[in-house]
Amino acid sequence: MTGGPTLGAEVLAGQRRAVSRALTVVERGGPEAEALLQTLLPHTGHAHVVGITGAPGVGKSTLVDGLALAARGQGQTAGIIAVDPSSPFTGGAILGDRIRMQDATMDPGVFMRSLASRGQTGGLSRAAAASLTVLDASGFDWVLVETVGAGQSEIEIMALAESVMVVLAPGLGDDIQAIKAGILEIADLFVVNKADRPGADASVRELRAMLRLAADPPPWMPPIVTTVAAERRGLDQILAELARHRAFLEETGRRADRRTHQVETLVRQAVWDAVARRLAAAREDPGWARALTAVAAGTRDATGLADQVLRGAGGMGDGIH
Amino acid sequence: MIRVLVAKPGLDGHDRGAKVIARALRDAGMEVVYTGLHQTPEQVAEAALQEDVQVVALSILSGAHPTLVPRIAGLLQQNGQGDVLLLLGGIVPEQDVASMLDAGVSRVFGPGTDTRDIVRYIQERVGDS
Repeated sequence: MTGGPTLGAEVLAGQRRAVSRALTVVERGGPEAEALLQTLLPHTGHAHVVGITGAPGVGKSTLVDGLALAARGQGQTAGIIAVDPSSPFTGGAILGDRIRMQDATMDPGVFMRSLASRGQTGGLSRAAAASLTVLDASGFDWVLVETVGAGQSEIEIMALAESVMVVLAPGLGDDIQAIKAGILEIADLFVVNKADRPGADASVRELRAMLRLAADPPPWMPPIVTTVAAERRGLDQILAELARHRAFLEETGRRADRRTHQVETLVRQAVWDAVARRLAAAREDPGWARALTAVAAGTRDATGLADQVLRGAGGMGDGIH
Repeated sequence: MIRVLVAKPGLDGHDRGAKVIARALRDAGMEVVYTGLHQTPEQVAEAALQEDVQVVALSILSGAHPTLVPRIAGLLQQNGQGDVLLLLGGIVPEQDVASMLDAGVSRVFGPGTDTRDIVRYIQERVGDS
C-alpha cells in the first residue's frame, strides 16, 4: 500500500490514482486516515463545496453531471461525491449514480466517487467530511456532494457544504411537504428541475410563498432557479447564483464559520472513532464478561464500567469475584 | 469492504444478468458500483480508477469480448490497477475462454452460474479491508 506522506503529496499534486486511493483510506478511517487528513487539511479552502439534496427522482445526478460540465465550460474543475444508502441488513450497496453522470465523468477535469452510507452512526458525515477534504486539497475548483434528502446524517453532510442546493421537480407534491422538515432551513438555493413539465410554475410559486412565511427576512434569501438538467438548461445560472452566495458568505464572515463546522465534524468523528476503538478493546478484555455480570447483579454500576472503558485502562474484571 | 465495479461494455442492451450479479454481490455485503449500459473500455477503466474498486466484473453478451476485454485489461494496467480482479460473464464461447484468461481475466462465468459461486470466488481472492 502507498505510504502516508507520499500519498498526501500525490493528492496535493492532483494525481487521480492517488486521489482515489486517498478517498478509500479516509473512508475506512483509523490512524492512517488521520495522518493523511492532517497532511491535507492545511491545503483546503480553495474549492467551493456545494451540497445537492432532494427527493429520489428529481434529477440530482443529471443536474450534478450538468453542473460539472458547465463548470468545465468555464475553465474550472469539479470533484463529485455521490452518497447512496447501504443496506441495513447486509451492509452492501448498489451505487448507481454514475449511470446518470456519463458525460462529465470522462472529462479529465472531473472526478466522481460513489460513497455508501455504511450505516454507522455519524460515520457517514465523517466519511463525507474527509472525502470533501481530499477533493478540496487536490485542487478542484468545485466540490459537489449529492445525497438523498432524508435523515439526520444527510442534513449533517449538507451542513458541511458552503452552499446547499435543494432540488425539486414539479408534480411531486410530496416534495414541498418533505422539505418542510429541516431541509428548508438549510437551503441556500432552490432548483426546480424538469421545468419543462407541467406544474413547474406552481412549484416555484409555492416555494416562494413558503419562503415568505419566515418571520424575519433572512440575511440571505435563497433564490429559486428553474432548470431542465437533461437538456443542460439553467445550469450556468446555478453556477452564477452559487458564486453570488459564496461572495455573500465571504463578505459576512460566514465562510469561516462553515469551515470551522467542517473541521468540527472531523474532530467529533475522530472522538467517536477513538471511543469505538476503546470499546472494542474492552470487549476483548478477558474480564469483560465478568464485569458485565457484575453490572447485571448490581455489584457494579454501568457508568463506572463505561468510565473504565473510556480510560482504556484494561483489567475489566479486576476486583470482581 | 469489498468494492466491485459491474460494467456492461459494448453495444448489447441486455443488462439483466449484470443486474442479477450486482444484486447478489450487494446482498453478500459488497459495495457495487453499477455503470449502466453501453460503456466504452475507457469509461470502464476510468470508473474503476475513480471508484478504487478491487474487482471489475464485465458482462458481455454481444460477442465483442475479444476486442473489448484486452483493451479494458490494458487500460487497467496502464492506470496502475493491474492487480484488480477482472471477471467476465455473459456469452463467451468455450474456445475463447483461454484467450480471455491470457488477456488478464481471472475467471469466466458462463450462463447458469450460481451467483453464490461468484460471491465465494470474489471473497476468496479479495481480502476484506
